[in-house]
Amino acid sequence: MDAITAEGVSKRFGDVQALDDVSLSIPEGRIYALLGPNGAGKTTLIKIMTTLLRPDAGHVEVGGLDVVSRAAEVREIIGLAGQFAAVDDHLTGRENLEMVARLYHLSRRQAQHQVQQIIDRLDLTQAADRTGRTYSGGMRRRLDLGASFITAPRILFLDEPTTGLDPHGRAELWSVIRELTGGGTTLLLTTQNLEEAEELADRIAIIDRGKLIADGTAGELKDRVGGSVLEFRIAATDGRLQRAADVTADLFVKSPTVEAGINRICGSVESSTNALTEVVRRLDREQIPIADIRLRKPSLNEVFLTLTGNVAEER
Amino acid sequence: MSTSVVERTWPERLRNNVSDVLTLVKRNLRRYERIPQLLVFSTIQPVMFLLLFNYVFGGAIGATTGTGNYIEFLLPGILMQVALFGSTATSVGLADDLSKGMVDRFRSLPIARSAVLAGRTGADLLRNTFVVLLMVAVGMVLGFRFQGGFAYGAGAMLLVLFFGYAFSWISATIGLTVHDPETVQVASFIWIFPLVFASGAFVPVATMPGWLQPFAEHQPVTVTVNAVRSMMLEGAPGDLGQALIWIAGILIVFISLAVWAYKRSA
Repeated sequence: MDAITAEGVSKRFGDVQALDDVSLSIPEGRIYALLGPNGAGKTTLIKIMTTLLRPDAGHVEVGGLDVVSRAAEVREIIGLAGQFAAVDDHLTGRENLEMVARLYHLSRRQAQHQVQQIIDRLDLTQAADRTGRTYSGGMRRRLDLGASFITAPRILFLDEPTTGLDPHGRAELWSVIRELTGGGTTLLLTTQNLEEAEELADRIAIIDRGKLIADGTAGELKDRVGGSVLEFRIAATDGRLQRAADVTADLFVKSPTVEAGINRICGSVESSTNALTEVVRRLDREQIPIADIRLRKPSLNEVFLTLTGNVAEER
Repeated sequence: MSTSVVERTWPERLRNNVSDVLTLVKRNLRRYERIPQLLVFSTIQPVMFLLLFNYVFGGAIGATTGTGNYIEFLLPGILMQVALFGSTATSVGLADDLSKGMVDRFRSLPIARSAVLAGRTGADLLRNTFVVLLMVAVGMVLGFRFQGGFAYGAGAMLLVLFFGYAFSWISATIGLTVHDPETVQVASFIWIFPLVFASGAFVPVATMPGWLQPFAEHQPVTVTVNAVRSMMLEGAPGDLGQALIWIAGILIVFISLAVWAYKRSA
């Protein structure tokens, strides 16, 4: 069964088409990343799915419940950690979590029990009885995450959970997310960070300017761009880089990137061609020595740039 | 532990609603527990107003009020001022919650839309109660007496609090529309100052210029302060009926507006 389905969802704010006919479905127990640049519509989609906003058009079901007509029931089965860490500065970490637990209508005892468990799992035991204002950015994020997970919801939404954290804090939060969702929770998270999407998610949807432009596993997305990336550095330092680029230009799908500083040429090639051997042959003929050369799959970053770049060019 | 979706019966929903509002009232009051200075300084201000008006303007204004003792005229007016200034806390608190993402968290929880607003205005009502009682105590030190008897005195204080509560909802609507906490603070005083000062709170309306009198005479602060005075000093309801109509009208209009503004504040 699908935990989340969206069909033809559109939302407009004044002149801005925030979402344009977005459809996706997420099977139960999966971790799904919505990847896109700032202003792509990620937060709007999350807000619609968590009943904070109504779509102008389209249909969204979460846990089999329509988010517009059965919003109250949807709120009972989801958890949301929004883009800002929603931490009350004047409450202690524990009080923040207890407040949320009580608002989910757990009894006082249940709430205390559940909160203690979350505090232990989040490794916040030391700081639990200090007020929110003393928390670091990473601790606030963890606490916010804990609040969204207080009732172990079946479906969890995290909107840019690691924005503003340093790499260490980010890695720490990733392990917390993995640990919390290990028990079969369906998770939809948004991110601008490719590494984060690849690290956490089973599937990735790329969204740009309100449109869903690609959807699949990291591997599938890389295949979708097609081909491979060929990159090589020449050992010559006497300015023959341009010559090397000229003689190999026709092997690339489009003109390759020439990085003069590090004597590197890099570009995509058709997978089935013998571009690699051809480059070696031609440079040898020109007597340009090769420092290193390799053929690899495109990185997710390149996929992202190719896909979102294409959309930009259509305009 | 997984939550299953169940249809809730209405007594259960009512119990949940009450418990949600209490949880949020408690949360909002914690702020005063954690920063006591906030409460101390916000009460020093009205006490200062009371002392300044009584000793600085008392001599000049006292003669025009018809009461022998200016403090008798002044205290009901100061209580109104306290209630109105206090109501601005509602908008600042809500704007703060909006800008820090707390409201989004609340909106994603299985609680009534109105619970967040009721929790905020409820906490501000309790805070106002504390300040009003304190001001009455200071007033009594300065010579104020409930000449209308205890029941009318208590009734008058309730009326002040009820009035402040109604204005909390105006304030809530502003906070939810303006969003930015600092702008909200500035915006609040634009409408509160004329209401408090162009009223019978501190001086008799009859001493104002003719063009101002019709407004000053009928606006809610004057009507309510008149009722409070006659209850506290004469033991008679005075303009109570009119005051209650104003308060009910404000509540009906601004509760709807505030809930509407809350819904579209995502």
